[in-house]
Amino acid sequence: MNTLIFRTMVGPIVTIMLIFSAFICLRGHNAPGGGFIGGLIAAAAIAVLGIAGGATAARKALRVDPLAIAGFGVVIAALSGLGSMFTGSPFLTSIWAYWPLGETTVPLSTPLVFDIGVYLVVLGTLAAIALVLEEEEGP
Amino acid sequence: MGLSLDASIVLMALAPFAAALLAPLVQRIAAPFAGWVLALVPAAIFVFLLGFIEPIAAHRFVQAGLDWVPAYGLTLSFFIDGLSLTFALAISGIGALILIYSGAYLRGHRHLGRFLGFMLAFMGAMLGLVLADNMLALFSFWELTTVTSFLLIGFDHSRQAARRGAIQALVVTNIGGMGLLLGVILAQQLTGQWNLSGLRDFGDAMRENPVYPVVLIAFLAAAFTKSAQFPFHFWLPNAMEAPTPVSAFLHSATMVQGGVYLLLRLTPFLGGTPAWTVTLVAFGGFTLLWGALGAIRQTDLKQVLAQSTIASLGLLVLLIGLGTELSITAAILYFVAHAVYKAGLFLVVGNVDHGSGSRDIVTLGGLGDPMPVTFIAAALAALSMVGLPVTAGFLAKEEMYLGLLGPDWPQILVLIVLVIGNALLAGVALSIAIRPFLGSLLPTPKVPHEAPIAMLAGPVVLGAAGILLALNAGRLGHDIVVPTIAAVLGVAAESHLTPMLDFTSLALWLSAATIALGILVHWQLAPIRSTLRRIGTALGWTFDHGFDAAMFGLIRFAGAVTRLLHHGRLELYLVLVFAGFALAVLVPVFGMGGLEALLPNAELGDWSAKLAWPQLQVHEWAVLAMAVVGLVAILTAKSRLVAILALGVQGAAVALIFLSFGAPDLAFTQFMVEILSVVILALVMTRLKLDERDYREFEDLARDGTLAVVGGTGISLLLMVVLAGAFDPRLSDFFAATSVPIAHGANIVNVILVDYRGFDTLGEISVVLGAGIAILALLRRRRAAP
Repeated sequence: MNTLIFRTMVGPIVTIMLIFSAFICLRGHNAPGGGFIGGLIAAAAIAVLGIAGGATAARKALRVDPLAIAGFGVVIAALSGLGSMFTGSPFLTSIWAYWPLGETTVPLSTPLVFDIGVYLVVLGTLAAIALVLEEEEGP
Repeated sequence: MGLSLDASIVLMALAPFAAALLAPLVQRIAAPFAGWVLALVPAAIFVFLLGFIEPIAAHRFVQAGLDWVPAYGLTLSFFIDGLSLTFALAISGIGALILIYSGAYLRGHRHLGRFLGFMLAFMGAMLGLVLADNMLALFSFWELTTVTSFLLIGFDHSRQAARRGAIQALVVTNIGGMGLLLGVILAQQLTGQWNLSGLRDFGDAMRENPVYPVVLIAFLAAAFTKSAQFPFHFWLPNAMEAPTPVSAFLHSATMVQGGVYLLLRLTPFLGGTPAWTVTLVAFGGFTLLWGALGAIRQTDLKQVLAQSTIASLGLLVLLIGLGTELSITAAILYFVAHAVYKAGLFLVVGNVDHGSGSRDIVTLGGLGDPMPVTFIAAALAALSMVGLPVTAGFLAKEEMYLGLLGPDWPQILVLIVLVIGNALLAGVALSIAIRPFLGSLLPTPKVPHEAPIAMLAGPVVLGAAGILLALNAGRLGHDIVVPTIAAVLGVAAESHLTPMLDFTSLALWLSAATIALGILVHWQLAPIRSTLRRIGTALGWTFDHGFDAAMFGLIRFAGAVTRLLHHGRLELYLVLVFAGFALAVLVPVFGMGGLEALLPNAELGDWSAKLAWPQLQVHEWAVLAMAVVGLVAILTAKSRLVAILALGVQGAAVALIFLSFGAPDLAFTQFMVEILSVVILALVMTRLKLDERDYREFEDLARDGTLAVVGGTGISLLLMVVLAGAFDPRLSDFFAATSVPIAHGANIVNVILVDYRGFDTLGEISVVLGAGIAILALLRRRRAAP
């Protein structure tokens, strides 16, 4: 697995996969995609990174513990549901806002935050498992 | 006061819990006076409750509540009538004195703040228990007393005996708690009432109901375990491992009286039947004699008091079982008298222990000189326990004898049991008040010295209270006894209590006989004790041992079950999982008539003529072929790695089928899952250092193959059954119609995930995270192991 070609190409491949995963996650509300699929793609990207350069290098590139990413995901997904308490609606009722940006408007919503939470949970959990499996055996 | 009555009663019930939270802080700020400061809370509650005496004596009761779960008609409601007021006054009044005492008794202890907090929390639970109207609230407070008493008994948690005592109390009283829950639910189902105050009207219907015995047993299990009735009495002496103030509080007016309260409270609902009377009188009478004899056997003063508490509880249960106006009067008076003198005597024992360093009645003597105030307090309390005239104990004893004067032999039998039990207790009381304090001073571990004022206030006030209550017998009767009888029996009684003696009454002469017998017991204490000990040694078995045996049996049983089910062989786990899966899909197909939908019926006619090859496009045939090739490759693969890859091929074919049927999201996810599965399975393969080859014995192959075929057939059939049914489009129509207008999303799958069913998804991602943590823990443990 540790060939020169693979090691050279892994940077661009992982970059493309991560960007694509974000794209898939964000477009999910109106077209095939969503946080779950995006998270799977991103986790695959991290796994590929680990296969190419070793788990330690992949962890360094991630900067934070993948499990912390997953935990953060659950937290922001839960927090996104709390906003509706201020409008007097039940937990997790969606709130939408529109942000005019030049020519276009960007729709923002609590389900978007929720979906990003799902993305982070899937990414974090699977990446954590994959990286532990990829780690070199201890002495 | 600006507060409404509702709010102030609820506030009062919750105040001890708030104080419990603040206790460690108070202890830090006002260290030497923490006990005094915190005692203000129960003292304030006591004064607040005194204000209810007048309205309740005027045949009224007070109800207050806050909405809890309005959808189910549940309220956090409180209810004050004569009965709950009597108990609440005892709890808060004695509680205040004991908090003051605790501050000095445990002075300088590292965890004094925590201890005072536990005490207050326990007091709050106990107050809630006697004031609760809603039965679920009653159950919650009941269990809360169990939990907080566990913390108190096991407070000295570095000692094994304390931990054992705490666990024993927890286990035994919790079994009763389950009984209470059962009883509460049954009572609610039968009457439709959640409120204790509402049960009263259903008493007659209840007593004739065929389920009555079950309800009775459930509630009696709760009351008997809490109030330490034989054969559940053994936890109480072991609870003496707690610091002395805890024993003084738990075993006088609180914890163990919870069962007595419950029985009194349920008398209008369940009482009066032969089953009730016989059970309560029999168990109570036996417990009385058992505890009284047990008290004589002991020489540790705390153990003596613990055993005598068991006896007193038996006496109370017996009186409640009799259920006449006089016997209930006696029970109420005895509860009050006992709470006061027993708390006082426990505190006296704490002072003796504190001042001399010993609690053994045999090694103590002559402490009256160095500890005069403690001696006076002990004597006052003991007078009430012996039942000399002009004490609360005397009033109670007169009433119980009065109620049993009659010619029937059961009455005479009960009377004899009462006289003997009381005489034994009187002997015990005399020995506690006389042995350690009179005679010549015996050497003790510490130089005997009097306790500080905070530790004298409680015993002296409680000792004096026993006399003062009797001197004000008229008011006691009017303010406490009559309203309580009204609450228990529903009759308006007239108080005839007076501190005067009536020499024409047979009851008085019975009292005199009791006291005379008591003096005899005290005089012959040593021979009686050694005889009882010889009998005990000859028996060689106690309920305490029985409890240990039962607990070890439980542990061994749990171990055996664990070894049976959790054997650590992954292969068999998987077999179990897939067998369960096959069962789950096949039961609806065969067991619930699903198959009929699939079998050809008469309408179809000659179905063999209608068989035809499906009309598929070329690429659809290709996908099918890909799935079959993947399947064959899995089955014939020589190496595991090839099999894993082939599984991925097969899965990809399934994903393509999803795609061609217009489910892009599903296909997309399936692809990603297949890819990651292959990657992770391959990684696991390299990590686990399995054989490259997957060789199986023929038996294993047959078993796994059968499971695979049965499971696969099952899920296929189930899907066909489901698809054969009529499709109900309401839900999908709703999503299609509303997805864009109200949820602003065109991808219905995603909108369902993040919006319509967002709460489910939140649960799912939490499970994903939890599973991830579990997997990491397993993997890391493997790494840590050599």
